[in-house]
Amino acid sequence: MTVLNYNATELMIVNAARLLRDGDQVFVGVGIPNLACNLARRTHAPNMQMIYEAGVIGAQPARLPLSIGDPTLVSGATSVCSMYDVFTLYLQRGNVDVGFLGGAQIDQFGNINATVIGDYENPKVRLPGSGGSMEIAAWANRCYIITPHQQRRFPARVDFRTSMGFLNGGGERAKTGVRGGGPEAVVTDLGILKPDGNGEMTLAALHPGCSIEQVQENTGWPLKVSADLITTEPPKPDELRILREELDPQGIYI
Amino acid sequence: MSKLVSLSEAIHSSVHDGDLIYASGFTHLIPFAAGHEIIRQGFKDLTLARATPDLIYDQLVAAGCAGKVVFSYMGNPGVGSLRCMRAAIESGSLVWEEYSHFSMISRLQAGASGLPFMPMKQTGAGDLEAANPNYKRVKDPYTGEEVLVVPPLSPDIAIVHVQRADAEGNAHVWGILGEQREAAFAAKRVILTAEEIVDEAIIRSDPNRTLIPGLIVDAVCHVPHCAHPSYTQGYYDRDNDFYLAWDKISRDGKSVKAYLDEWVFGLKNRTEYWQKLGPEVHEKLKPEPLLSHPVDYGKY
Repeated sequence: MTVLNYNATELMIVNAARLLRDGDQVFVGVGIPNLACNLARRTHAPNMQMIYEAGVIGAQPARLPLSIGDPTLVSGATSVCSMYDVFTLYLQRGNVDVGFLGGAQIDQFGNINATVIGDYENPKVRLPGSGGSMEIAAWANRCYIITPHQQRRFPARVDFRTSMGFLNGGGERAKTGVRGGGPEAVVTDLGILKPDGNGEMTLAALHPGCSIEQVQENTGWPLKVSADLITTEPPKPDELRILREELDPQGIYI
Repeated sequence: MSKLVSLSEAIHSSVHDGDLIYASGFTHLIPFAAGHEIIRQGFKDLTLARATPDLIYDQLVAAGCAGKVVFSYMGNPGVGSLRCMRAAIESGSLVWEEYSHFSMISRLQAGASGLPFMPMKQTGAGDLEAANPNYKRVKDPYTGEEVLVVPPLSPDIAIVHVQRADAEGNAHVWGILGEQREAAFAAKRVILTAEEIVDEAIIRSDPNRTLIPGLIVDAVCHVPHCAHPSYTQGYYDRDNDFYLAWDKISRDGKSVKAYLDEWVFGLKNRTEYWQKLGPEVHEKLKPEPLLSHPVDYGKY
């Protein structure tokens, strides 16, 4: 068997793509989520549809979009609407299956901070802020978070809750009455975390060659390990070829 | 009645120190030429509102025009930080007011519709709601459930860039529509900039494409290439190289000042700016045509 070489970003993209289902309506962000969606569409999910917060429905980008409002998203799309329409008629109304999220910090219960490190009024590091993520995290049927696994990115509690995961666990999210089910998986370069029945992010899968100890070292809380812990399939030659030759030939993200 | 004026006249007669300005366009159609004109005319203490402040507000902040910013995503889209704004906020020298995209756009929708507030479903993420007292909760009188509400945003001036408009300001827009229409209807005064000024008959040939009606427009300015380094669908591409370059330029105050001196203060208007960019950039940004299928409105 040939041993394939791939990097951490490719590993995250391939694993995120595999979580998408054929026929999903996906609210897409640029960068890694965009690559994951396009990979899924070219492999197991040809009927997946991409929705962009700029108000583009059914985008078929011919080139790698570098911003969330790239003109390539519009040419050949099925529909373009205002931002108010995309957030109300599509997201708030319940027409979005999947939201992709990232952030500077993800905590034990899948809450995300994309706003500030330190105090809000006197920020140590000021981050870009919510954008669409506050509503996507609440209202998409399911969410996936993609981020490299580092201790500083995985504190027990985020400095600021930009978007909701499972709050403090124990059914707190359900009590808020929001329609979406919350984060179903956090895909990192070491493995995949999934919420347990209490909403706590638990190690559910390791990537080939990664260890539980390695994940724990890079996580800011005592990490629970699922009884059904699995090892993910390494990226397949075809997945890597599509990523490298068709989707990001200039290597901007991968 | 023709409302055609030069961009510098329109900015001069419409903008005042301390005004609340919404230069609209979500990644697409951002009116950079108007931003540069505001910098050249030296306005101060402006409140700058935009969902994504983008480079246009980073430059206005760097030039000392801003007293406050209102935003929902303060990043250099696809690149990283908006360094000038971020530094001003981290050092405590710039006041800010923050929303999510949807609540920011909802504020414009309320302003555009003449409503006292706009309801939205709650999101469960309480920290922004707690940090910004403009977020309130009210009880839905029909179900008794709590909904989140935000107040209208009514800019003193909206600046809206479009593909083509007639001299009265009836404007065709295609591509990403962002919050163009809502910003225009919410504002007290509207400055419209257009790639092309066309005959009224062209507008009337395709009324479904008219996003902005002339009745809310105060000034119409013919400003080709107004949106560079952002883009105008079908006219020129987004200059991603410049977005990357700004990330370097904005790392230190000296290079920002040098940029403003050379590309804003050193030039009279957008025509000079576009010429200075040179034929290589023009060629790089030129898209191949992709025409839509014509529609038949019928003659009745």
